[in-house]
Amino acid sequence: MSWGVRGVSVVFDGEHALDDVSLELDRGRIAIVVGGDGAGKTTLCRTIVGLAKVVAGEVSRAERTGFQSETSGVWGDLTVLENLQFVARGYGLDSGHSRSRIGDLLEVTDLATARDRLGRQLSGGMRQKLGVAMAVLAEPDLLVLDEPTTGLDPVSRLELWSFITLSARQGRAVLVTSTYVDEAARAHEVLALDDGRVLAAGSVAEVVASMPGKIFEADRPHGAESWHRGHAWRVWSRDGSPIPGATQLTPDLADVVSVAALTQELGV
Amino acid sequence: MTAIVARSLTRRFGDTLAVDDLSFSVAPGEIVGLLGANGAGKTTTMRMTLGLLTPSGGEVEIAGRPARLADRRIMGYVPQGLGLYRDLTVWENLRFTSAAFGVAPPSLEAEGLAEVAHRRVGDLSLGLRRRVAFAAARCHSPTILILDEPTSGVGPLGRSRLWETIHETAERGAAILVSTHHMEEAEECDGVVLMAGGRQVASGTVTEVVGGLRSVAITGRVEAGSLETMGRLGGTVLLDGSGWRVVGLDPELVRGLVGGRAEVDDVPATFEEAFVALSR
Repeated sequence: MSWGVRGVSVVFDGEHALDDVSLELDRGRIAIVVGGDGAGKTTLCRTIVGLAKVVAGEVSRAERTGFQSETSGVWGDLTVLENLQFVARGYGLDSGHSRSRIGDLLEVTDLATARDRLGRQLSGGMRQKLGVAMAVLAEPDLLVLDEPTTGLDPVSRLELWSFITLSARQGRAVLVTSTYVDEAARAHEVLALDDGRVLAAGSVAEVVASMPGKIFEADRPHGAESWHRGHAWRVWSRDGSPIPGATQLTPDLADVVSVAALTQELGV
Repeated sequence: MTAIVARSLTRRFGDTLAVDDLSFSVAPGEIVGLLGANGAGKTTTMRMTLGLLTPSGGEVEIAGRPARLADRRIMGYVPQGLGLYRDLTVWENLRFTSAAFGVAPPSLEAEGLAEVAHRRVGDLSLGLRRRVAFAAARCHSPTILILDEPTSGVGPLGRSRLWETIHETAERGAAILVSTHHMEEAEECDGVVLMAGGRQVASGTVTEVVGGLRSVAITGRVEAGSLETMGRLGGTVLLDGSGWRVVGLDPELVRGLVGGRAEVDDVPATFEEAFVALSR
């Protein structure tokens, strides 16, 4: 069973928010959508959960979808426990089942000791974990999480990813969006978006293999097709020919996304 | 002379300790990164360095003297909100800031902004808006630059481009204090200060911070339920390409749990994993 979008376009105010985007979401697998602000990540989430209207393409929605919006969806004036109970009631879960389910989730997310704290008194990491717990509470087939890790410290980020990973292991299809390209390693599939268009798609290995040309590391810039990274420069050799004085590197996803953005920028 | 020295810097807001006993220094030509999550105390630290907030304890020295507002003559600041006038054009914004500092406006060509000179700042993409804010902050040739999450929300190429400008500014001798919550940007800095909950978790170069910290890598097929068990034992379990990484558990314990068809390796921790290990 799989869900997702095929060739979808979404238009806001006459401009394409998404332009011919496809993404397949399968049980037990995590797909990540990476891109900067305005890339179309939130629009894609809203399309998949049925909150945005498409002008072209097909959307296949899961019957049971859990959605965490960018703002986490946690109610500030309810306690951690009340937030979860409120969601359980909204789904009409029977009280015995929901009590044990909420207990389990509080345990896994390490929120048990904070159960009586108000939503607005939680740290960013705790709030995001509660948001994901609320989204998985009703055992959805598809879990859609919009930027759950933005602004979190690495500890909370990794804990949240650990929780997401285990949720997928239970057979859910998971979609996560992020502005951190390095998080793609935590997912099975990656879709890189820029300005509503697909820059790259596939498994990380496929995306890296699909990059045209080669990547070199140099100690100085080499024109428009080079960019700064860490303490050195990355140089893209479009036809793969060696760059004098530079060492060839195995590209990572950030390199591939940079090359794709560069290709669009230069209109190659 | 050291450009910025912070000693036991502390700031309270009511009952909350936003910054707790923080010490660091930035020399001319050096880039020091404040790394941490939202709420870790990065912005409060920067505002104290700029003289916009008075410390509750400790002190900041700018160019060898206690920080004061007049130091703004030698300091450039890009706040998280960018501090630009959205209804003015790029050129108008730069002219306004330059006039406030009593200097000539910067060259639009040199800043790569000539094409958008007469566009309203509010209509520009985030990457371009950041570029304008960066140009405005440097119009009076400051010797100290304070950048609050300059690359947040920008894609990888845009981020590389902004870092190019940051490095060029440092190479011309400016001392730069920059905050970020992108751990991968630690590599761009000469030194980092890791912050969590207002406190300094670690500091030094990236190599010093990661030091001898280890992590566990798993490849191959793992015994059903074993990853869940690791989670319950307090390990942080992460998918990593086609394998797994576990932070916080002993490799021998992991080897016992995953079964014979998986390979378990004791490997150097990534910067991010090091932060996790140090914060425990």
